[in-house]
Amino acid sequence: MFSRLALAGLMAAGLALPAAAQNFKPAVIFDMGGKFDKSFNEAAYNGAERFKKETGIAYLEFEVTNEAQRTQAMQRMARTGGGGAGASIVVCIGFAFGTTLEAVSKEFPNTKFVIIDSVVDRPNVQSVVFREHEGSFLVGMAAAMASKTNKVGFVGGMDIPLIRKFHKGYEEGAQHVNKSVQVLMNMTGTTPAAWNDPTKGGELARSQFASGADVIYAAAGATGLGVLQAAKDAGKLSIGVDSNQNHLHPGSVLTSMIKRVDVAVYNAFKSAQTNAWKPGVQSLGLKEDGVGYALDANNDKLVTADMRAKLDAAKADIIAGKIKVTDVTAK
Amino acid sequence: MEDTLLLIATMASATLRVATPLVLAALAGLFAERSGIVDIGLEGKMLGAAFAAAATAAVTGSAWLGLLAALAASTALSLIHGFASITHHGNQVVSGMALNIMVAGLCPVLANAWFRQSGQTPMLAQQARFGPIELPFAQAVAKVPVLGPLYAQVISGHNILVYAAAVAVPLVAFVVYRTSFGLRLRAVGENPEAVDTAGVSVSRLRYRALILAGLLCGVAGAYLSTAHNAGFIRDMTAGKGYLALAALIFGKWKPVPTLLACLLFAFADAVQIRLQGVPVPGIGAIPVQLIQALPYVLTVLLLAGFVGKSVAPKASGIPYLKER
Repeated sequence: MFSRLALAGLMAAGLALPAAAQNFKPAVIFDMGGKFDKSFNEAAYNGAERFKKETGIAYLEFEVTNEAQRTQAMQRMARTGGGGAGASIVVCIGFAFGTTLEAVSKEFPNTKFVIIDSVVDRPNVQSVVFREHEGSFLVGMAAAMASKTNKVGFVGGMDIPLIRKFHKGYEEGAQHVNKSVQVLMNMTGTTPAAWNDPTKGGELARSQFASGADVIYAAAGATGLGVLQAAKDAGKLSIGVDSNQNHLHPGSVLTSMIKRVDVAVYNAFKSAQTNAWKPGVQSLGLKEDGVGYALDANNDKLVTADMRAKLDAAKADIIAGKIKVTDVTAK
Repeated sequence: MEDTLLLIATMASATLRVATPLVLAALAGLFAERSGIVDIGLEGKMLGAAFAAAATAAVTGSAWLGLLAALAASTALSLIHGFASITHHGNQVVSGMALNIMVAGLCPVLANAWFRQSGQTPMLAQQARFGPIELPFAQAVAKVPVLGPLYAQVISGHNILVYAAAVAVPLVAFVVYRTSFGLRLRAVGENPEAVDTAGVSVSRLRYRALILAGLLCGVAGAYLSTAHNAGFIRDMTAGKGYLALAALIFGKWKPVPTLLACLLFAFADAVQIRLQGVPVPGIGAIPVQLIQALPYVLTVLLLAGFVGKSVAPKASGIPYLKER
């Protein structure tokens, strides 16, 4: 009886909310790196926050910490949205949601879904993929130009085609500058736990430094924090990923390969709110400013004017199609 | 020649870094299990200590205060385990497991409440961590062939907690085998009735063993978050507590063999990192997945064939009920 009263009270409170917040309810589900991984998930969080600040519409969120929660979180968002009607749009951050989304999108045909980094071909799903190989090409060039030992490193997170794509672009970029440059490569693991293991990331980085590398690109979510830290400790250079990570260790992070997951999330929310949302595949690369390299006060001295000129030239060439960067995930 | 030596030196150095938390946690387990308390909660204690160290270091900017907090947190957790399993004769595995689950959930929640960084502590500045220590003459002897680089790269240049772990092994061996406390400790794990008959309190001995275990786990946790890494991250122990327990079983509950087992695990990890993508003569590049399975394969092989019979302390896991 009491609980029913409490429920009635909650519902009354719910009715008092502004109408806009009631009708439109966006939701975002973060992957295992966690929403403050200073990288991939944090970019998504920043996009959602920007939407909230601009429109005043709150969003629902969930951080997945184990595999079983993927389906649960998605269903809960779609069904109840944490009280009342289901969420209007659910944005899933990360390729790992792909198989789960196949099933859940069928279960909730009226809910809009967005998945980042994977393609799910359903009438109510929008798939946003990035051409990370293009951005990685540029930071690969930067790495090769900054390297004094002619050896650069790459530390990947989970060993999946997506991360191989980062690696290939990076390698091609480095070799574009200097044919003889050697690219060392390590993957952290083969399970999603590989996104959240900075201890391992640090060890991998140390081993690459010991083998002679002096710039390491980390494409590994929160694991990359360990790589950046190891580079700072060793007095070497690192390259961040997804978010702008230059500020983490000013003077040690050469640059960051930015992937505008924040823009993707913001656009998804915004388009759904204004009824402009469409299912299908969106591919974002250098041309759309979906990827790029970060330049700010923290790495101003590391990236010289000469390097900048070369990077901008290569960027223009990639957009114009004069440089073709291999996409290992392309069929 | 030069390259091979460098490879050996960096691998040995990595082995020491990775082995440190394992050694400390395994020695903690040794105290607990030798006294007759199964300590599956090593993982949780280490994680709790890692969080306490990182949180304190982040707020105060002092790694030493962080270490103190880690010792306190880990010992408190150890005493909870003792209260459940010694005072109340609870099931020790259940109590230890409960500790692991509680800490795994509690630390991210507290971190979120205090630092608002979803289960992490802020990244620690250099001053708030245990930095590397250059041993005397490291630069001077680096030129000496073979031994010089080994001394400079492998022995020198670690942080103080690595050296603490190295000192802990002979120290624990001395306490366990050469002191009257050690004698009683071993006795209480084999035959608590005899110890009781001799007029020594079983509970007090076991509590003392658990406090020692808590302190050692505290150092291990502080190492993880304020020396090896720069901050606490959710589940950062990543099974090291269980690995330490396995090393303890390998080492037959003896300090030096346990140390060797820990070094072996750490070495497998170091090899695993360096073998990735490196072509092996005659075979070619080995798939990453296979290499990453190496430490586990090694564990199974050793456990199955090479270690021989490993007998736990007889009274381990059995609550002691005094007859009235």
